[in-house]
Amino acid sequence: MQSFEGKSVYKGIAMGPIAVFHRRQQAKRKRIDNPDAEMERLEYALEVSKQQLGELYDKAVVQVGKVSAAIFEVHQMMLEDEDYLEAVRNMIRTERVNAEYAVCMTGDNFSEMFAAMSDDYMKARAADVLDISARLVRNLEGQSGEQFVLTEPSVIVAEDLSPSETMQLDKDKILAFVTVHGSTNSHTAILARMMNIPALVGVPLSLEQARNGEIAVVDGFGGKVTFAPDADMRKYAEQTIREEREKMLLLQELKGKDNVTLDGQKINVYANIGSASDIGYVLENDAGGIGLFRSEFLYLGRESFPTEEEQFEAYKQAARMMAGRKVIIRTLDIGADKQAEYFGLDKEENPAMGYRAIRICLSRPEIFKTQLRAILRAAIYGNISIMYPMIIATEEVTQIMAMVEDVKQELEEQGIQYKVPEQGIMIETPAAVMISDKLAQMVDFFSIGTNDLTQYTLAIDRQNEKLDEFYNPHHEAVLRMIKLVVDNAHQYGKWVGICGELAADLQLVERFLEMGVDELSVAPSMVLKLRKKIREICLRD
Amino acid sequence: MKTFRYTITDEIGIHARPAGLLAREAKKFASAITISVGEKQADATKLMAVMALGVKCGCEVEVRAEGADEDEAIRAMTELFEQNL
Repeated sequence: MQSFEGKSVYKGIAMGPIAVFHRRQQAKRKRIDNPDAEMERLEYALEVSKQQLGELYDKAVVQVGKVSAAIFEVHQMMLEDEDYLEAVRNMIRTERVNAEYAVCMTGDNFSEMFAAMSDDYMKARAADVLDISARLVRNLEGQSGEQFVLTEPSVIVAEDLSPSETMQLDKDKILAFVTVHGSTNSHTAILARMMNIPALVGVPLSLEQARNGEIAVVDGFGGKVTFAPDADMRKYAEQTIREEREKMLLLQELKGKDNVTLDGQKINVYANIGSASDIGYVLENDAGGIGLFRSEFLYLGRESFPTEEEQFEAYKQAARMMAGRKVIIRTLDIGADKQAEYFGLDKEENPAMGYRAIRICLSRPEIFKTQLRAILRAAIYGNISIMYPMIIATEEVTQIMAMVEDVKQELEEQGIQYKVPEQGIMIETPAAVMISDKLAQMVDFFSIGTNDLTQYTLAIDRQNEKLDEFYNPHHEAVLRMIKLVVDNAHQYGKWVGICGELAADLQLVERFLEMGVDELSVAPSMVLKLRKKIREICLRD
Repeated sequence: MKTFRYTITDEIGIHARPAGLLAREAKKFASAITISVGEKQADATKLMAVMALGVKCGCEVEVRAEGADEDEAIRAMTELFEQNL
């Protein structure tokens, strides 16, 4: 039995066989007698690889959309590259080595060429060359070309998982994630929260310590993973899993019921999502709407800006699927911990307080206007609202409103159908809190982003583990700020929601209800848990 | 021989996907098609070689086609550059 601690991103527990995700294998050099036969093997593996990539592309288009899927098309094209193929063939012919080795060496050479280029984008392509070479080698060795095939529900142990790697996993067979690297904001973490499965990131282990097929217990409550658990540990895990399953079943009975306290006070419980493909989880958990559509995920993990059409399609799909229920789209919140190379943002000393979110949008109107056009056009297909992040001043709101007006005029002139939806702002800076009475007169609603608000109010960097002991998520200062915002909004007849971690904090629900908060937006997996809590509360006793 | 010049407006320059589209298109023609920037040049049918040119946004490239179908080739290339780069 061996245990490791890590950062837990979802409170759940799982037990099952380990499946170790290795990034690439090195092929062994062998001398061959018949180069023609080797050449035939190569051609066959090439065909199989291209076919697999085609299938992956089709699958990805459905799951994550055309743009994110383009990577598989690029890999297909790379496999058609004459120089690359000629180098492999030449090596087989002249050095009489096996195709696996020739592909591996050629892949290394080409990837080094890219790694040596000055441009960051090109440097990153080195990984693509290694990826296609690894695929070819796997097909030559007669293994399935996929990096990784799950035959039974498993605990995935990996260094880290990229979006394209998680794409290849069969989601029905993932019990838990354990990664050596990765933050609580990583792709793996978001996926885990969406899927309601335990995940630990930043676990200090080396992959050699994890053996395929060996049983592991991933305890998201205690932030611990145990390999080869002893009898006691297994018993504990089995019992907790059973209890969790029972709780889940009880929660299912709450579907279709109101979020109402024993004495009749109602509150809306909405869900947070990162892309239109997450809506399945929203509907499954019976959320009343989408309180936070993190539009930045449309911009991340790709090589260029999403076009107006791509965004329009994503927002339209969300609006349609939610069929009249509210869909609050937060405009681009990029910068700080969310980066995309093609934005060309500089490295900053203090990114949380840096060039991000609305600041980028206001200084690069071409980016912002494309998004606004897409949202205004999609708004005719359902109940869409827009919300603007990181506001600190009334002037910013005035500027935004002027831009919305411009976009509206443009669409009008072009004869394109649109609707200007309800518009609100995020309250996530102490500045916005202090002037919330003024802001309330300019917008339709507020949504309080508690993660940033807490970090700015307490002057505590959430990424810095050393500060954990000073961090009190229930600090009275933050709660008073929330109260002030609610009072100011209500004074002008505007509604207030909370998104961010505090919204899902079961210990605070009662406080929020007392304050008169109108909406809480949480991860889909928290919706029913929150409903249960609300239905147990009585405010007047 | 036919040529045309084009200034790249795509923010990351000639990146993987357009380079791949170029290669696929170039292979359809009998003419030899090359892309050059400064002193460097690459065969347009070769994706990685084109990427290795490291053509950035704002760079001017020259595309040359030489062969029986050079007119059609240069027309197709012009269209591809304008739409994707």
